[in-house]
Amino acid sequence: MNENRLTNILVPVFAVILGIIAGAIVMLVSGYDPIAGYSALLYGAFGDRYYIGETIRQVTPYILAGLAVAFAFRTGLFNIGVEGQLIVGWLAAVWVGVSFELPKVIHLPLAIVAAALAGALWGFIPGFLKARFRVHEVIVTIMMNYIALYVSNAVIRSVLSDQGFKSEKIHPSASLRSEFLQSLTDYSTLHYGIIISLIAAVVMWFLLEKTTTGYELRAVGFNQHASHYAGMNVNRNIILAMVISGAFAGIAGAMEGLGTFENVSVKAGFTGVGFDGIAVALLGGNNAFGIILAAILFGALKVGALEMPSAADVPTELVDIVIALIIFFVASSYLIRLVLTRFKKEGK
Amino acid sequence: MLHILEIIIPSAIFFAAPLIFTALGGVFSERSGVVNIGLEGLMVTGAFTGIVFNLTFADQFGEFTPWLAMLVAMVVASIFSLMHAVAAISLRADQVVSGVAINFLALGLSLFLVKMWYGKGQTDQVQVGFDKIDIPILSKIPILGPILFSNGYIPSYLAIVLAFVVWYVIYKTPFGLRLRAVGEHPMAADTMGINVAKMRYIAVMLSGALAGIGGSIYATIISRDFSHATISGQGFMALAAMIFGKWHPLGAMGAALFFGFAQSLSIVGQAIPFLKNVPTVYLLILPYALTILALTGFIGRADAPKALGTPYVKGKR
Repeated sequence: MNENRLTNILVPVFAVILGIIAGAIVMLVSGYDPIAGYSALLYGAFGDRYYIGETIRQVTPYILAGLAVAFAFRTGLFNIGVEGQLIVGWLAAVWVGVSFELPKVIHLPLAIVAAALAGALWGFIPGFLKARFRVHEVIVTIMMNYIALYVSNAVIRSVLSDQGFKSEKIHPSASLRSEFLQSLTDYSTLHYGIIISLIAAVVMWFLLEKTTTGYELRAVGFNQHASHYAGMNVNRNIILAMVISGAFAGIAGAMEGLGTFENVSVKAGFTGVGFDGIAVALLGGNNAFGIILAAILFGALKVGALEMPSAADVPTELVDIVIALIIFFVASSYLIRLVLTRFKKEGK
Repeated sequence: MLHILEIIIPSAIFFAAPLIFTALGGVFSERSGVVNIGLEGLMVTGAFTGIVFNLTFADQFGEFTPWLAMLVAMVVASIFSLMHAVAAISLRADQVVSGVAINFLALGLSLFLVKMWYGKGQTDQVQVGFDKIDIPILSKIPILGPILFSNGYIPSYLAIVLAFVVWYVIYKTPFGLRLRAVGEHPMAADTMGINVAKMRYIAVMLSGALAGIGGSIYATIISRDFSHATISGQGFMALAAMIFGKWHPLGAMGAALFFGFAQSLSIVGQAIPFLKNVPTVYLLILPYALTILALTGFIGRADAPKALGTPYVKGKR
């Protein structure tokens, strides 16, 4: 048991190391200097207060998106629709943010709750279809992503603006921005969202590990038939898992809408945060604490990458390659496990 | 009215062709039991390869360039799909996750190379494209001729012909029988002496090849250059077409044609009187909403191959 646990920690660590080595090889083969590239990346992520602020800001939605993917995973569902749920959450948060003028103690929570509800609704549909009609959630959530993208663009054009490309700025009473945090980090876009996402991580851990509901959700994830015979309502749990997962994703959207951008604009394509959430959840082993670590890694990679073109002449896309390879290595953990067990046997 | 059809139908076929190729690729892969969410990434690979080849060799090969580019894209994308095959078949990875990784990697790698080679986020426009043709004899048919067989791109017609070829291969040849057996009940197939892993490798590589063709003709005909936004969802749309078509080659073709029709409506719809007042958003979400409805069973029941998504481990019950 203990050894198994060690392997579970070693697999993601090895995947990250392999991914970073592969990134270095790509840089070498393409004629760039990997050491200069990675130093630029490190500096761009943690080099000074401003960069640290930006990294934390990027980590915020990653934690929430990762939690969303992981929560569904634990119930045996693959929610690829985090991206779409994030987009509708973003839209709902900004919608509340621009349409009301309320005291901050009401306005800000209201905007976040609106985002969570919008995300939850977007998660409810695939959950319901899975529970009621046995429709595979992967396909439905992919389709829901596109519907979210186009519907939100249409709403922004016709409701939140006059055929424009972005909404107005939200009222300050709904904003997560903080002058204190900004001055602390040399005027980065850091906002209070990070606290919300850390709370969300605790909530997920508590809900899954310490409550009866969480026990049922995990049981359904392990074995639907066994849970059914034990008297659990499998369908209800499937819907519940997707709804909660969608709510986390919706809040991730609120972080962008109320903190980072303070508005919502027409998108030509996806934000990518929801898809990166898949990587975060996988690398974090679908566990709240692991997700925070994985989010920090990917957030640092993404923000640090912006420094690479100017300092080392390396295109930022290198980081996307590294992230893709890390997912790939985690997915192929069979290989890493095989090597690890070989290694152990030889050591004995 | 006839005039409107003359605009919409050819443009529907034109938008559908890349989807048909890619969806047919998806049929191969999923019929063998391997989920291929990586179609999007494979199309990106095809689009990137096709455009880069076209830009680099247009002077040497003249008007054959787009055809050669298509072939090269086919080969490159099928080699790229090997990664998905190795992960999903040999390393028993979660097939959906491995497909997601393929999508990330294809986009990351191709944009990395574009920035390295062209020094900017997108390539130049290609100068040599596919020719439009009138199909001899058929285009002379009154009414139908001008709508269906005139002034179309050759790859569009190839796509439709290919759908019938794939149908023949999957349903009428020993290879197709084995492919379906491996996807429905790999253990039974294995017992009968079929090499499950080999069949699945072939199927995934075929899906890569066809998605590569799909991506390259999309880029050559429709976008004419390559950037991060060239392939934005066409792969997923092809996946949807395949499911909508119930994992059947002709069904997939029909669904792809329908999606092409919806796409062309959303673009040329503004010019049509009775559609002018329908907001484009409804036409944009139509393919996706219909796929969900189709899956829900309102449009007949769709059953996936039984062994879809499960790695085959020899000797495991």
